[in-house]
Amino acid sequence: MIYYFTAALTAVLFMIDREKTIKGLKIGFKKIRKNSPVFLNMIILIALSLYFVSDELILRFLGDGSGAIGVALAGTLGSIAFIPGFVAFPLAGILLEKGVSYTVIAAFTTTLMMVGIVTYPVEKDFFGIKITVIRNIISLIMAIIVSIIIGLFYGELFI
Amino acid sequence: MKINLKKYWLFIIFSILIGVGFILDLNIARGVFANFYSFFLTMLKFVPAVFLLIGLFEVWIDKDLIEKHLGKDSGFLAYFWVLILASTTVGGLYVAFPVASALYKKGASPRIIFSYIGTAAICRIPMTLFEASYVGVSFTAIRWLVSIPLVVISSILMEKFISEKDLANISDAA
Repeated sequence: MIYYFTAALTAVLFMIDREKTIKGLKIGFKKIRKNSPVFLNMIILIALSLYFVSDELILRFLGDGSGAIGVALAGTLGSIAFIPGFVAFPLAGILLEKGVSYTVIAAFTTTLMMVGIVTYPVEKDFFGIKITVIRNIISLIMAIIVSIIIGLFYGELFI
Repeated sequence: MKINLKKYWLFIIFSILIGVGFILDLNIARGVFANFYSFFLTMLKFVPAVFLLIGLFEVWIDKDLIEKHLGKDSGFLAYFWVLILASTTVGGLYVAFPVASALYKKGASPRIIFSYIGTAAICRIPMTLFEASYVGVSFTAIRWLVSIPLVVISSILMEKFISEKDLANISDAA
């Protein structure tokens, strides 16, 4: 789909300004070449993560998780795992049916979305080590805050 | 074209280990390779196109336009623009990083690109729809209401406290 869009856009831009468009595409190809090693590294980490942190493992570890330990475990797994949304949320649905708390689910899905150990090679390449580390730590803290508020809302946690 | 082998060290080691694993007929090698192959194909489906679009963006979009709407003097509306851009971002964070650095090079302010990355992580529409249908609409609503302000606040703090030197590292890898 995105290729059709890119092709259509390129065709239109090409008619407006040939040179500019060719220059843009050249920059694009240069970027693809330059970024392939870091993306390759990320794919390797993802392949390992998918193998070692499988759906079954998550079901087993979070299956009866609750309380602070459950949240910590969920946050850790969420940070290491790489699971696309269309797999992660059905999985979260199964966990809910098994009686896992919303607090734990929130910690798991939020870290899954925001904290990326497997995307580290790409993030580091674009933002440098320091910013990458700071962003991931802040995201981890944010995930804990979100999970606490979710817990309060669903009446699983009390002040 | 000279290929810098150093950049491929992990890939070389990985290939050797997978090769050895296949010779020894280990399940783990087969499993990891299957994951690698299938995700590699997934990435081919859109990542190259994203980089071509970024290339076109760099040539076609005026720096003044980005500076005016997403730059350091931009107002509240800037967060709205990046939220729209973030929620329609394809793939995941690995697409948001190159897009964010391209925006930064065009004059978007640090707080805006950090907000973009944060919201691209948590607000992508297809993902949100999955979440709402499997975990619940109210769960998604609270998560958005809590995490979007947190992303914005932390992005402003990051802009304040991260040194110019580290910000200068943000490269568009061109």
